[in-house]
Amino acid sequence: MPAASPTPTPDAKAGISPEALVALHSDMLRFAKLQLRDTGAAEDAVQEAIEAVLRQSGTFAGQASVKTWVFAILKNKIIDHVRQSRRTIAVSSLGEGDADEDQMLERYFVENGRWAAEARPTAWPDPEESMSSRQFWRALEACLERLPPTTARVFMMREFLGFDSGEICNQLSITPGNCHVMLHRARLKLRDCIEKGWGHPGDGRC
Amino acid sequence: MLKCKEVSELCSQELERPLPMTDRVGLAMHMMMCTGCSNFRKQMRLLRQKMHEYADGRAPSEPDQSSAGESADRAS
Repeated sequence: MPAASPTPTPDAKAGISPEALVALHSDMLRFAKLQLRDTGAAEDAVQEAIEAVLRQSGTFAGQASVKTWVFAILKNKIIDHVRQSRRTIAVSSLGEGDADEDQMLERYFVENGRWAAEARPTAWPDPEESMSSRQFWRALEACLERLPPTTARVFMMREFLGFDSGEICNQLSITPGNCHVMLHRARLKLRDCIEKGWGHPGDGRC
Repeated sequence: MLKCKEVSELCSQELERPLPMTDRVGLAMHMMMCTGCSNFRKQMRLLRQKMHEYADGRAPSEPDQSSAGESADRAS
């Protein structure tokens, strides 16, 4: 049923202002750097996204936030870069750090397969709660940066870019088993890092 | 009986594909008596949700003057 015409936001009337875009630049660059792990490629993706945003700003309907709209365009540019760079991924890098990875698993679990006491997941505070929200996002970014490069790439292709496991296998020429192992390790590490950096910020003092 | 290490793998795999019934039952039973894994599973779901929010531009903006300045320097 036709409702009264919705009040257009200023953005919907005026397209996207240069100021709004400039304000998003550092967020865009951080997102692109996290995924691409290459400052040059990240700057290229952001630049291409900004050009596309400017070309398409007339189509912005004001239904989503400006940032969500801009990020959707940026995400597509990042996906282009990931697809183009498939040949530059050294498959050998999958094997790198395997000894470290095994050590990590040993640290998280004791011999009978139970959680090691210091690695057992504890209940987290609610990240929606205003006091901890910003710290949560900072911890997430910092912990993503700390993941080993190939593990990070696989995990973010899955969770940021929405590739399914099959496409990740294709892009990186790895087996589905490999892919699941890397996703599992990424999640274990990320969880552990976030728990230490955010889940219990007061623990160090107790 | 599933071990926590296997359970952590299943908690990751269930985000990728539907698990077979035996694994789902095993998970459910393990969750009833293991708070560590129960927390782990919640955190896996939260991580997925938060990663999606981030990529959708729904994380709060962090004005970062230093990186803006850096790019400007490089461009000049």
